[in-house]
Amino acid sequence: MTDPVLSIRDLSVEIPTRKGVVCPVDSVSYDIAPGEILGVVGESGAGKSMAGNAVIGLLNPPARIAKGEIWLNGTRIDQLSGDAMRRLRGKEIGMVFQDPLTSLNPLLQIGDQLTETMLTHLDISRSEAEQRAIAALQEVGIPGAADRLNSYPHEFSGGMRQRVVIALALCAEPSLVIADEPTTALDVSVQAQIVALLKKLCRERGTAIMLITHDMGVIAEAADRVAVMYAGRLAELGPVREILTSPSHPYTDGLMASTPLASRGKSRLHQIPGSMPRLNAIPDGCAFNPRCPYAADKCRHDPGPQGAEGRAACWFPIVRERTA
Amino acid sequence: MDLVKVKNLSRSFDVSKPWLNRVIERQPKLFLKAVSEVDFDIAERSTYALVGESGSGKSTIGRMLVGLLTPSDGNVEIEGVDLAHETDAAKVAAVRADIQMIFQDPYASLNPRWRVRDIIVEPVLAQGGDTAGLAERLLEQVGLSAEDAGKFPHEFSGGQRQRICIARALSSEPRLIVCDEPTSALDVSVQAQVLNLMSDLKDSFGLTYLLISHDLTVVQHMADRIGVLYLGRLVEEADPDTLFSDPKHPYTQMLLEAAPRLDAFGREVTPPEGEIPNPIDPPTGCAFHPRCPLAVDRCRTERPELREIGTSRAACHLAE
Amino acid sequence: MTDTPVPKTAPVRDKSRFAVAMESDFVYAFKRSPVAIVSCIVVLILVLSAVFAPLIATTNPFDPASLNLMNGFTAPMEPNAFTGDTFLLGTDDQGRDVFSTILYGMRISLFVGVAAVLFAMVLGITLGLISGYFGGWTETIIMRTADVQLTFPSILVAMLIFGIAKGVTPVEYRDQMAIWVLILAIGLSDWVQFARVVRSATLVEKSKDYVAAARLIGRKPGAIMLRHILPNVLSPVLVIATISLALAIIAEATLSFLGVGAPPTQPSLGTLIRIGQGFLFSGEWWILLFPAVTLLALALSVNLLGDWLRDALNPRLR
Repeated sequence: MTDPVLSIRDLSVEIPTRKGVVCPVDSVSYDIAPGEILGVVGESGAGKSMAGNAVIGLLNPPARIAKGEIWLNGTRIDQLSGDAMRRLRGKEIGMVFQDPLTSLNPLLQIGDQLTETMLTHLDISRSEAEQRAIAALQEVGIPGAADRLNSYPHEFSGGMRQRVVIALALCAEPSLVIADEPTTALDVSVQAQIVALLKKLCRERGTAIMLITHDMGVIAEAADRVAVMYAGRLAELGPVREILTSPSHPYTDGLMASTPLASRGKSRLHQIPGSMPRLNAIPDGCAFNPRCPYAADKCRHDPGPQGAEGRAACWFPIVRERTA
Repeated sequence: MDLVKVKNLSRSFDVSKPWLNRVIERQPKLFLKAVSEVDFDIAERSTYALVGESGSGKSTIGRMLVGLLTPSDGNVEIEGVDLAHETDAAKVAAVRADIQMIFQDPYASLNPRWRVRDIIVEPVLAQGGDTAGLAERLLEQVGLSAEDAGKFPHEFSGGQRQRICIARALSSEPRLIVCDEPTSALDVSVQAQVLNLMSDLKDSFGLTYLLISHDLTVVQHMADRIGVLYLGRLVEEADPDTLFSDPKHPYTQMLLEAAPRLDAFGREVTPPEGEIPNPIDPPTGCAFHPRCPLAVDRCRTERPELREIGTSRAACHLAE
Repeated sequence: MTDTPVPKTAPVRDKSRFAVAMESDFVYAFKRSPVAIVSCIVVLILVLSAVFAPLIATTNPFDPASLNLMNGFTAPMEPNAFTGDTFLLGTDDQGRDVFSTILYGMRISLFVGVAAVLFAMVLGITLGLISGYFGGWTETIIMRTADVQLTFPSILVAMLIFGIAKGVTPVEYRDQMAIWVLILAIGLSDWVQFARVVRSATLVEKSKDYVAAARLIGRKPGAIMLRHILPNVLSPVLVIATISLALAIIAEATLSFLGVGAPPTQPSLGTLIRIGQGFLFSGEWWILLFPAVTLLALALSVNLLGDWLRDALNPRLR
């Protein structure tokens, strides 16, 4: 196996509050290989975005990295200064957020935004940057790319804007793109376009993509591997087909069963009782134990094994006959 | 027996600039046609679902049904009474009491300064009914505890708030509840709880639902009949089995194809072309023709009427 | 992004309301702000001494029987040359104890300030709610009127209103009515900012679904505005009211200083300063200085409290 682009080791993020320290990300480890899409899935409050923000050094104070290491292409980046991190963002790591408008400057033409980003990070001339900007817009499927360089962000529709953001994220040829809920604000038909675009870019350029989303359907279609998060911890990690068809963590299992599916017909949906705990009230032991149908005494006291590749963070993982 | 009859319903919004700007820039008034000539009926004790993407007018229809918006044209009859045109105040009040609504955002739909008890009984108080013990009883029916009545909304999670919204909607013993994206703001595991609760309450209270959603899986799970909207027009109507197995309209086919599926690992599909056009300036003829793979000349000039095909209705020249 | 954690106090049932209030973020922020604590203490001392002036003051400066003209121009803490009486802050030309006149003057100042702000608040909230909720022409008329009024300095507006009111009141009631006219004048010059803030907050609240929920069950606009929207727009109003109070006290002092405010028979701090400045160059500095310092302390601490309140109630700055 090739060396991973991004490697997160035992990462914890903590936020000191006046009522004690809360821990939105708790001892999480995962890798992303070149050309791979890792889906990070979880419900609100699972810490999936917080982990992504930690990687790009965009944690909002007072949130901070409490322990762990983040390695990007063999360099440790969690201890870099603000300046060094800024250089890294855009150059090595591209970002795509849920709301395209947060990543685009509304007062600048998109051509300028693209060329500026490239001139900052790449050693090329202005005219070459412009050529590349047109090529980048063409690549993400914006019709009449050369004519749209002088357009402002508000002149694009929602889906086109997200394409521009993707072009912007990719223009400095980063090795990793972090896409945080990139399709959540979009309509179904446009969502399918964006997912297809991300997959195409990942395959053609060998860029690694960390796809953070709450939508299992998007994960199923786009991701190669998936990391399921619950209450800041990694519940399980593995190839997407394996995790989704035969989950071994009871949370993933419950999540899959509670999604309405055509094949299930009109029968009652399976439901997981309760809801994700608040950060200041994460239960002792396994965070999922109050909602878990299989919870035993042990689960209430001991958090259990850490989730890792092929290993669920569970004392009693569901064992199934693996179907191929 | 149809509880709701929607006939030729239309609604346009004035989206023009302020008067002075129009005079200076010599521009005419601009109107956005959010809903155009929509017809459908909802049978008593059934769930009728409206699906569509943004700009399809589904929420506008819901708001006209409950009387928050008045139709520009056409009418809505509930229990045979047209709320927008009925002059008999007693009849209007009686029908109003029979309609309730559940909103998308459980954070904005509960007044943060009110206690849960007061929120839940307000619809009854408005009609001057008896509210003793009502909030506590309803809270237990929606799966919360009676003691929660004294708390404020911020003490609850999103799913619990949506249960409080449901309790409020039930308090005036309505017959029709319009549910506008009731689970879109909720997590999947909580969505299942709310959908199950809605199904249970439908049976025990004999409710009729109008379910407005963009999520095809939710609609398929809940609905008895589905209407698909595109740019303010009903393009197809069918029961779920027919709609999902044999969609007649190319737009419905596109939606079904584009929706992410849990069992479609690494599916390689050609994503649909184009985006939803600007509703202020919709395409001529069939509004879907610029994105339709089957479009012929006739589609560009002549708007297809909704016509019956088997048990479905579809607005497409080519559908059969 | 939904992942930002919002730590919330877990509801604890067996605590008294007071205990819960003491644990709130608001009280916490207060305890950590020295400026807020000091200005709050200053305001409390001044307000309490004004309220209980008859108990604290050594004399009633407005009771001619208690005055001794021989005591005139006594310097602070020095025995009077004729009577041998000593006064904490000295006396004025008529032998009135400056300390007592300040206490009584502060009563007038505070009463006028609070009443004017209350008046402006009620007017501003009502008009702001109406224009925000109904929109259209109602809004245009109300808010354009407000805009026009804003182009004049509020002290000019107050003087204009004061002048008109003086013109229409019969001479024999003028002194009696002066205080009320003052309140009306300051209040009318101050409603605009309340109306603006309430209108914009109303626009936000109006579009939320809890208002739709109340509308669809047939609640009347008046009930929706009062019971649903009003409680949710009050926190910015509270901030403005505090800052307006400081401004209203100063406006009152300014008007009284200019001689168009509180009459000499009911002197406010402004009137005292006006009287005092006449003696500044003849060496009796205390007649001016002490009322001026009191006014400064009162206005400054109320203003600082208002500033802190704005920061504490503004979730974006936290």
